[in-house]
Amino acid sequence: MTSTAPPRQSRRRARIGRPIGRPAYLATAVGTFVLLIVIWALVAALGLVDPMFLPGPGEVLGALAAQAANGELWADIGVSAFRILVGFVLATVMAVPIGTLMGVSPRVEAALEPLMDFIRYMPVVAFVPLTIVWVGIDEGQKFLIIWMGTFFQQVLMVADAVRRTPRTLVSLGETLGLSWLQLLSRIVVPSAMPRIWDALRITLGWAWTWLVVAELVAASSGMGFRITVAQRFFQTDLIIGYVFVLGLLGLVLDQAMRAAGRRMFAYQEGRA
Amino acid sequence: MSGQDRAASAGAAAAGDAAAAGDAVAAGDAAAAPKLKIAGLMKRFGRGDRAVTALEGVDLAVAENEFVSIVGASGCGKSTLLSLVAGLDEPSEGTIEVSGREVTGPGRDRGVVFQQATLMPWLTVQQNVEFALRGEPGLSRGDRADRAREFLRLVGLDGFERSFPAQLSGGMQQRVALARSLSYGPDMLLMDEPFGALDALTRRTMQELLLEVWEQHRLTVLLVTHDIDEAVVTSDRVVVMSPRPGRVQRIIDVPIARPRTLASERSPEFRGLSDDILALIRDAPRTG
Repeated sequence: MTSTAPPRQSRRRARIGRPIGRPAYLATAVGTFVLLIVIWALVAALGLVDPMFLPGPGEVLGALAAQAANGELWADIGVSAFRILVGFVLATVMAVPIGTLMGVSPRVEAALEPLMDFIRYMPVVAFVPLTIVWVGIDEGQKFLIIWMGTFFQQVLMVADAVRRTPRTLVSLGETLGLSWLQLLSRIVVPSAMPRIWDALRITLGWAWTWLVVAELVAASSGMGFRITVAQRFFQTDLIIGYVFVLGLLGLVLDQAMRAAGRRMFAYQEGRA
Repeated sequence: MSGQDRAASAGAAAAGDAAAAGDAVAAGDAAAAPKLKIAGLMKRFGRGDRAVTALEGVDLAVAENEFVSIVGASGCGKSTLLSLVAGLDEPSEGTIEVSGREVTGPGRDRGVVFQQATLMPWLTVQQNVEFALRGEPGLSRGDRADRAREFLRLVGLDGFERSFPAQLSGGMQQRVALARSLSYGPDMLLMDEPFGALDALTRRTMQELLLEVWEQHRLTVLLVTHDIDEAVVTSDRVVVMSPRPGRVQRIIDVPIARPRTLASERSPEFRGLSDDILALIRDAPRTG
């Protein structure tokens, strides 16, 4: 009987997009990190690179631990997080309504979108000296840089999210007698919300970059400021440690927003 | 059942308020006045050399509580005609009157069922129906919930009130859309290939449901479909349209007795009508 059946292929062929289980996914992801850290530790331990340029994982952790013990790490994170919060929230509360209007009104789109597109391609970094001239080097300048770096991106992404509202959903609202404002608030914005949330999540990541840019140039506190000070004293271990902390904060925030999005927009999936 | 009837009459009364003035004027010949009157309708898309005439010289009258289908080859403008009646688009020439008033835009007197179910994905089944009831004057929150549940029961969806649209099959989603359109008691129901996206088996079930629901809640229906059997089994009259530009080619009476079921399709009378209509569409003149 087995002889008549076609021989089973003993080896699985590689297939595009074959899913792997969640544990396998996690293990592979962690594995990549571990591998890189091991290579780094080896390179440092074997003295292949001057420790002045590349301190080992132990030194970096030690520098961070000392910084955490004397409280500076937490103070730096706090100051930087506050700047992000203000700059990002300011950008968001402006970008969502303006982007929505751009998405629903061709006239507003014509008035603003080419302008926003133009500004978006101006390098924010180049504005740092100008913002210092405009508003000085105190908190306002940090908010302004973060705002500039995120608002123009957000507004275009929100407009795009709004534009993808299914036309028939709006038509349906019209046949139910909804006013323009009701169509906007009950159909267009809720429909675009998952995509708007995604836009916010992505731009929040960028906000961290602009924060450090602003703090590297002119600041007396914050993560970027600490990095410039460390550079002055050749504390490469502290610089690397802070860069990692920045990366980690970004990753945690991103995952938190993903999780919140999955919860808020659970209705999109066929199961809930 | 009596609860549903009450709900329907309450809805009709609410929707009928605005129409009362027009009815009073035409009180003398109320029986003769059509629910829907289309005269000299022309619709052109684009301008100049690239203009396409989708509809030309369309005249049609539909009586109160009449069920009329529109069939024709693709591109005959049947969906355009429906969206003009819905008020979602404007005619280039001619007039459309519903209950004696000219259509100038979409309104609650005309409920529309689209080809895709167009449910709000972020609302539950129950909330989707209640969404349509928010515009009803004099309905409390509790009334809205009761009315939504009644109409969901009517389309056989009791027990699914708390589901989200993404959890439902295409046929069930279209049932929700039908319940929603009926719940607020519009004068007319406009359906644009409502079962066109469903598989053959589900489509049969939905046609059966539509027949049942219409027997219980008589209202004026305009159904656009490419399924000739569906048109014949549901309708009092079938409007056959010819393409390029879309015109009314012929209007066919369907004298099959009501109430009908899908079993009516087995009668020789039905097959004869269905074949005649198919022949009309195949041999449609292709002018312009």
